Amino acid sequence: MPYDKTKKDVLLKIRNLKIQGYSDESWVDIIKGVDLTLHRGEVMGLIGESGAGKSTIGAAAMGYARDGTRISEDSSIEFDGMELTTATEGERRALRGNRIAYVAQSAAASFNPAHKIIDQHTEGPLQYRLKKRMEAQEDAIDLYNRLRLPNPDEIGFRYPHQVSGGQLQRAMTAMAMSCRPDLIIFDEPTTALDVTTQIEVLAAIRDIVDQFDTAALYITHDLAVVAQMADTIKVLLKGEEVEEGSTAEMMSNPKEEYTKSLWAVRSFKSPQRSREGRDCLISVKNVDAAYSAGPKILDDISFDIYEGMTVAVVGESGSGKSTAARVITGLLPPQKGEVLFKGEPFPADYRNRNKEQLRQCQMIYQMADTALNPKVKISEIIGRPARFYSGLKGAALKARVDELLDLIELEPSQYYNRYPPELSGGQKQRIGIARALAAEPSFIVCDEVTSALDQLVAEGILRLLDRLQDELNLAYMFITHDLATVRSIADEVVVMQNGKVVEQGPKDEMFKPPHHPYTDLLLSSVPEMDPDWLTTLLEERGLENLGESASKQIDPEDDKIMPSDA
Amino acid sequence: MSIFVIAYYSLLLIASCLAAFYNQRSAFLLVFSLTLVSFIVGIIGGADALKFIAAIAAAIALAAMVSYAFREFVIIIVSNEMAKELRTAPLTAAFGMFVIFTYAIAGIFAPWIAPFGEAEVIASAFAPADENMLLGADQLGRDMFSRLIYGTRNSVGLALTATLLAFFVGAFLGLLAATKGGFLDNFLGRVADVIMSIPSLIFALLMLSIFGPSMPVIIIAVSIIYAPRVFRLTRAVAGDVVVMDYIEAAKLRGEGTWYLIRREILPNSTAPLVAEFGLEFCFVFLLVAGLSFLGLGIQPPTADWGSMVRENATLISFGEITPLIPAAAIALLTVGVNFVVDWMLHRSSGLKE
Repeated sequence: MPYDKTKKDVLLKIRNLKIQGYSDESWVDIIKGVDLTLHRGEVMGLIGESGAGKSTIGAAAMGYARDGTRISEDSSIEFDGMELTTATEGERRALRGNRIAYVAQSAAASFNPAHKIIDQHTEGPLQYRLKKRMEAQEDAIDLYNRLRLPNPDEIGFRYPHQVSGGQLQRAMTAMAMSCRPDLIIFDEPTTALDVTTQIEVLAAIRDIVDQFDTAALYITHDLAVVAQMADTIKVLLKGEEVEEGSTAEMMSNPKEEYTKSLWAVRSFKSPQRSREGRDCLISVKNVDAAYSAGPKILDDISFDIYEGMTVAVVGESGSGKSTAARVITGLLPPQKGEVLFKGEPFPADYRNRNKEQLRQCQMIYQMADTALNPKVKISEIIGRPARFYSGLKGAALKARVDELLDLIELEPSQYYNRYPPELSGGQKQRIGIARALAAEPSFIVCDEVTSALDQLVAEGILRLLDRLQDELNLAYMFITHDLATVRSIADEVVVMQNGKVVEQGPKDEMFKPPHHPYTDLLLSSVPEMDPDWLTTLLEERGLENLGESASKQIDPEDDKIMPSDA
Repeated sequence: MSIFVIAYYSLLLIASCLAAFYNQRSAFLLVFSLTLVSFIVGIIGGADALKFIAAIAAAIALAAMVSYAFREFVIIIVSNEMAKELRTAPLTAAFGMFVIFTYAIAGIFAPWIAPFGEAEVIASAFAPADENMLLGADQLGRDMFSRLIYGTRNSVGLALTATLLAFFVGAFLGLLAATKGGFLDNFLGRVADVIMSIPSLIFALLMLSIFGPSMPVIIIAVSIIYAPRVFRLTRAVAGDVVVMDYIEAAKLRGEGTWYLIRREILPNSTAPLVAEFGLEFCFVFLLVAGLSFLGLGIQPPTADWGSMVRENATLISFGEITPLIPAAAIALLTVGVNFVVDWMLHRSSGLKE
């Protein structure tokens, strides 16, 4: 939708914003002079890679600088005629929650688990004496209604852990609305959610911002999402502005090279490999699994992984994807069924496997931060498996580590003696890959390896994995909830829902109708670059056929359908 | 009005004016509030009270200067990486390090520093201080200063050995419990609970009266008392580490327990353990001093600060501060160690951000 800037007043005016961080005993600019103008009722999308300073600018819009950072003295942040850089802490505090509200990335971590949702919701209006408690509660229920939360009359009286992630994120948006602020800052509100949940939250946020004519800064690294939400888009890179323009203009006709490169990601697609002429490497047969005495997480799962091929396992969180991986690696012995490796049964518990069996099956983790020991040198992290399995020592070991670092496209001499906290997210993930390769395995479990990374970096990792697969004839089990990743790297797809496999087959077939209703729901929920995608989808399908509510209606045993039936 | 009073006030006023002129906000506030306090105290207590305040202020200023100089000195002589850490150290931590350094020197070089032997009788009982004896003589006519120096070696050495032993035992079992889990974890945890449920002083007195007060018995008794605390802390810290993905990766690789403990878990638990070491050292030190005071610690004629306080306690009634000197030595070390520990705790919690 084209936005007429001249029509409304300026709400937030940031001029020459410089934010400095203290490191190595001197102040370094993190944000290097950014200008930003936001009008009443305008939604601006801030996009960029991590480290671009999106969240820092979002916090600065509230006059806030995180610990260890400061807003430089010649910056100006003017909110509705009030200069925030010179305002006292008390004055700034009076704005927060009241006129400027903030919606954080992880609602689960931002709500206090010890208080009911509605009590946290009404805290703002009560604090600023805008409403009496009962009024505030009625208003909260009204907002829950507008955000289409299930059981709006009752949901607020639950504790945060009794509500699902998507609902909690909407409750947090409702809370931000409680004082009817002029400006809301959304800091990656849907990044931690599944596609099917994300779509509900997006629709709810867009509606409510429209209804109350609230201005918003929408921070995200997902272009398709920002295209749905924002009137204008500002692209940031390393604390500097790259360009700014209206959404339609930015999508169709970006000027800068960097913006174009952002738009062009996800163009990578590995050729489809087929099972012909390959041997079956891992075979999961009728596996049931559960954590101690809890409910069944996996229910009669069977699938095969062939040599040198990538099997993507797709599903929402809680569908049992990672549990399936734990069964294969032996961390969780199954209750029933077995895992075969080249036709031979694999011992169910990893402690009963011998060195050779352990070597064959390696793992790459989602969070490279927790997957690499921060107190161990890179050379030791990569070198250890090589020494452990192959008994390499001295010069041979060093040569092998160098070779592995070369393989993951990092300069050996630069990284040999460094520690993981000194590396960026993408580099850490590469080290994780090198550690898996060091064992010379034939099969690697990739557990959401790209979901914590920026799109450009993630694409680099996917290309690397694909190249290594061809060179070393590796089989991957690729766990992900991101269908774009599936499209680019998978050969075969396994779709899981509630611990059951609902559909499996070669990739090319999976992306063509007919689909299982659940696969169809997943596919339709992936945001597209088209700014009208969400509007069109809502018109086509109606609200009740989207997101969590829809996925609950689907039975894994349903027949395949053509999309036109939906 | 005496010259001292005039000089004192004019010095303070000049200093505060200079601080105000050069825009040194905090320095000005400090100096001027001292001026105001001296003003009030001077009116009430006269020149003597003023001298007392001046002496305290001078002592603090002296300690601050020593700490500052000591920190700068250490920064220059150590390697780059250490220097970077040390620059973040507050003056209190530098003061603590200086105190520890002084005690270490006194302990290590005791026979060369002390003018007389540890048990050498050189004067009459309770002889006052003269140019021969810096602090006078004790109840048997031994040089107080020499015994104080030797006491550093005995008291601090004993406490250090006992703390180290408690740490090795406690930390090793804690890491083992966290890594292995299950029955071993439960068993060790209950044993620790049982030991901790016995009051420490009573337990120590019991052990010492059964086995007799000798150095090895003191060390073992004290380390048994303190090992469970170290065990619990280590287990908690290591418990957070063992759930990390890199531990899972190492387990899946087939690594043994010893490798997991040594290479994966221990390097990630050292910061809180080092901080705890300082804290426990103070507790152990106080317990040992308390045992000596009760006569069950280090036995005479070996010099020890705890027993020195007791032996000279009668002098207190004559208004002499001699028995307070060993007590002050204990207090100074405890405070110094705690300053350093505070800094380390701050640093290790800062790393988590």
